[in-house]
Amino acid sequence: MAKPISHPYLPNSSADTIRKMLEELGLDDIEQLYADIPENVWLKNKLKIPNSISEYDVERRVNDLLSKNETTSDIPCFLGAGCWPHHVPAAIDTIVSRSEFLTSYTPYQAETSQGILQALFEYQSLICELTEMEYTNCSMYDWPTALGEVARMAKRATGRNEFLIPHYIDPERAAILKNYSEPAAISIIKFEQDRRTGQIIPEMLEKKVSEKTAAVYIENPSYLGYYEKQVDLISDLTHKSGGLFIVGVDPISLGITRPPGEYGADIVIGEAQPLGNHMNYGGPTLGIFACSGNRLLRQMPGRIIGLTRTLDGKDEAYCMVHQTREQHIRRERATSNICTNEALCAVAAAAYLALLGPSGLRKLCETILTKTHYAMKTLSEIDGIKAPLLDAAHFKEFTVNFDDTGKRAVEIHNELLKKGIQGGKILTQFPELGETALYCTTEVHSRKNIDSLVEALLEILR
Amino acid sequence: MTYRQAKWTEPIIFELSRKGRIGYNPPTFDQREREVAGDPSLLVPYELQRRSPPNLPEVSEIEVVRHYTRLSQQNFGVDSGIYPLGSCTMKYNPKICDRIAASTKIRNLHPLQDGSLTQGILEILYELSEYLSDITGMQKISLQPAAGAHGEFAGALIIRAYHSHNGEINKRDEMLIPDSAHGTNPASAAMVGFKTIVIPTIDSGCLDIDALKNAVSERTAGLMLTNPNTLGIFEKNILEVSKVIHEAGGLLYYDGANMNAILGKTRPREMGFDIVHMNLHKTLATPHGGGGPGAGPIGVVEQLEELLPVPLVEYDGEKYFLDYDRPRSIGKVKGFYGNVAILLRAYTYLLSMGSDGLEAVGELSVLNANYVARRLWKNGKYTIPYYPNKLVKHECVVSAEKILQETGVRASDISRRLLDYGIHSPTTYFPLIVNEALMIEPTETESKEQLDLLVDTMIGVADEAYSKPEQVRKAPYSTSVSRIDEVRASHPETMCLSWKMKRR
Repeated sequence: MAKPISHPYLPNSSADTIRKMLEELGLDDIEQLYADIPENVWLKNKLKIPNSISEYDVERRVNDLLSKNETTSDIPCFLGAGCWPHHVPAAIDTIVSRSEFLTSYTPYQAETSQGILQALFEYQSLICELTEMEYTNCSMYDWPTALGEVARMAKRATGRNEFLIPHYIDPERAAILKNYSEPAAISIIKFEQDRRTGQIIPEMLEKKVSEKTAAVYIENPSYLGYYEKQVDLISDLTHKSGGLFIVGVDPISLGITRPPGEYGADIVIGEAQPLGNHMNYGGPTLGIFACSGNRLLRQMPGRIIGLTRTLDGKDEAYCMVHQTREQHIRRERATSNICTNEALCAVAAAAYLALLGPSGLRKLCETILTKTHYAMKTLSEIDGIKAPLLDAAHFKEFTVNFDDTGKRAVEIHNELLKKGIQGGKILTQFPELGETALYCTTEVHSRKNIDSLVEALLEILR
Repeated sequence: MTYRQAKWTEPIIFELSRKGRIGYNPPTFDQREREVAGDPSLLVPYELQRRSPPNLPEVSEIEVVRHYTRLSQQNFGVDSGIYPLGSCTMKYNPKICDRIAASTKIRNLHPLQDGSLTQGILEILYELSEYLSDITGMQKISLQPAAGAHGEFAGALIIRAYHSHNGEINKRDEMLIPDSAHGTNPASAAMVGFKTIVIPTIDSGCLDIDALKNAVSERTAGLMLTNPNTLGIFEKNILEVSKVIHEAGGLLYYDGANMNAILGKTRPREMGFDIVHMNLHKTLATPHGGGGPGAGPIGVVEQLEELLPVPLVEYDGEKYFLDYDRPRSIGKVKGFYGNVAILLRAYTYLLSMGSDGLEAVGELSVLNANYVARRLWKNGKYTIPYYPNKLVKHECVVSAEKILQETGVRASDISRRLLDYGIHSPTTYFPLIVNEALMIEPTETESKEQLDLLVDTMIGVADEAYSKPEQVRKAPYSTSVSRIDEVRASHPETMCLSWKMKRR
């Protein structure tokens, strides 16, 4: 064998234990257990990874590296665009650190996994209440992959292959959608939005909707942070064609915003990272996938948890349901290949919604709206800056346009960095928006943070 | 071993609700912000205002914490006991990895922050890529996929792009997959538009080379294979397999789910693979969280490097950066860069194990599996297909078929009876090619005493199947609930998928 090693994670690594176990096998060297690996595939040289070090040294090394990061708790940061800074209640960290949750596998063996099963059932239930949908799965990887899966599902459910998406969509999200939809021969068709207000233009959409339309997908609030108002009209228009109406959401907004289930959504997707999950440099995050209507259930991707009873009828109990949709049973005919998902993030989201409740979520939305409008108004007072660029109501993100400042968005970005401020995301993929960045404000931004941004911009543009 | 799992009659969170309670007060705004912004309830357009609040529970912080703590007590993790769930590599998750991942220096980092503010994490991700490259032998790594199956999806997209660039995508539409493969393999191939062609396993427990030779053609896109395979057996003809596939113009895909067995001994590169995914929540000890999040990085050989997803983490001699300038890339498969909180844990684990430790991991995982196989085989109650003619690697698949025939007790009954002794069930009824399969993967982190407990208990349960078959068939008794009515759970008339449905 390799040099004997004494390592805290390897209880059998002592020479004495190894000898006893080899005796049972009638062998005298571990290498004999590799006799079936032909010599011509043996690794010739040792791995280049350095040898093991102590826990103390590991911790020092990794923390030294991490300390080079300047995070949103070190400097004011106005980024959103798919991952958003929200405060995570301490109780959630405690709950998701429970090692019975953290170190368990997917609950295939339901009798010994009731805890995670009930927690995930509660996640499903809470998302249903928030979105006013009938059922959900217990997570997708993130919003973009949920979008990819929903396009495939729309094709399966309708037998049609055109998937309509708005012009203003996160380019990365659209790129991921392309990778999910192209192999399934789904055509992605973009519909126009008004350049002044960002609103969908019903006549233009109507021209694109037909008997080939599998689904119309909108986001509310949109990628650029504004609300789309004509939701009832779009829903009717879509349903008249026989297509599915799919809405992408930031679930936090639903504390104050009308839920898509009320305006006819067949499927709701979105990003639940804001619900009690840290940003973690963009992952893990948590994809929502909720549906209404019986015909869609068997087409759903992902795990679904159901409430049932024990066979003796004595207790209520939970287990995974409709597994015949899934890859471990249905193999190449499965609705998706998804297996490991984001279960623990879903537990965090459940605890978050339970902690806030209806009034906490409402208060949070009011804080976010107030901060965002305070930021837009104070920024707009700066000569040359338009915030928002699009004339519509906004939730927590908004466009800031620098066209009339005489400076490019990237110059302003760099000068803000010099002043210790991380500005919004520069929008390069929508040329009609000019020199524009997407800013985000939430409950974690103090008035001082926002004022410091305004002051910095005043100095930069002086 | 005696064991009693906690059993609380814990209500659904909605049933704990009492009007006016709250578990968390969000920060509020100040007077000045209110004056400038106006009345927040009027800031949402009239037609989009929520008319009635969502029906969320109203509970205090202690009630939420106690509720989920009680639920956790009704769950079984690696920290609770041995978890020999085959193919899932449920090894111990070192606590230092969690402590580091709890740092605000990672939690509060936004993925779009300027590179000048994120050098620490970029260096970590870069080094992790280098380490994974070393372990697999692949030229270049993408950390983007969120899980193993997601890595397969990305890998299948790369295979598609490769044939597409060669002008052959309309022709090469068949993915070859062994009958012993994980279900994700055919599902991933199908998602990318490939037809799956099943290759049988022969008596030796290995891929049928003759069948493979007959199956390949100018339509072959590739072969997806895990090695050791899901029987725990090393495909010794792997170089021949590689030759057959490559000569047919296909690519060889490595499902890294069973990577634990070969750490430090061989690598996908040496075996002739072109594309690899690794399940970091298996091989690199990151926690599985009751179903995720995981991480499924992929690696490729030189000729496929330009096809990897964007961005890759690069180093220009002065700074680390995200490289999007990769015109032939397949694009993106996930938002941002991957499940970074998991990747960070894997990096920490790798530093802790080192190359000497990783080799020991491989050896001890194989020693442990062989020890279990040998003891069960000697006892004779269970049969082990292909054993002892074939060594096993990190896992062994035992069959309870003889027990079933002689007692009527099934593999799933035995699986459930083990729970009564504080042992998590093996993977049951997989791989599909073994009848009454119990797939056991002890991993390197279980002590000899735990392995003996597992074996002795399995033998004891087999004995009980003969003496008191009914007792085994009605197990478990020590878990928070007894056997569950799974048919009722999925039946359209009794199905209940949410609180909303329950109240109806």
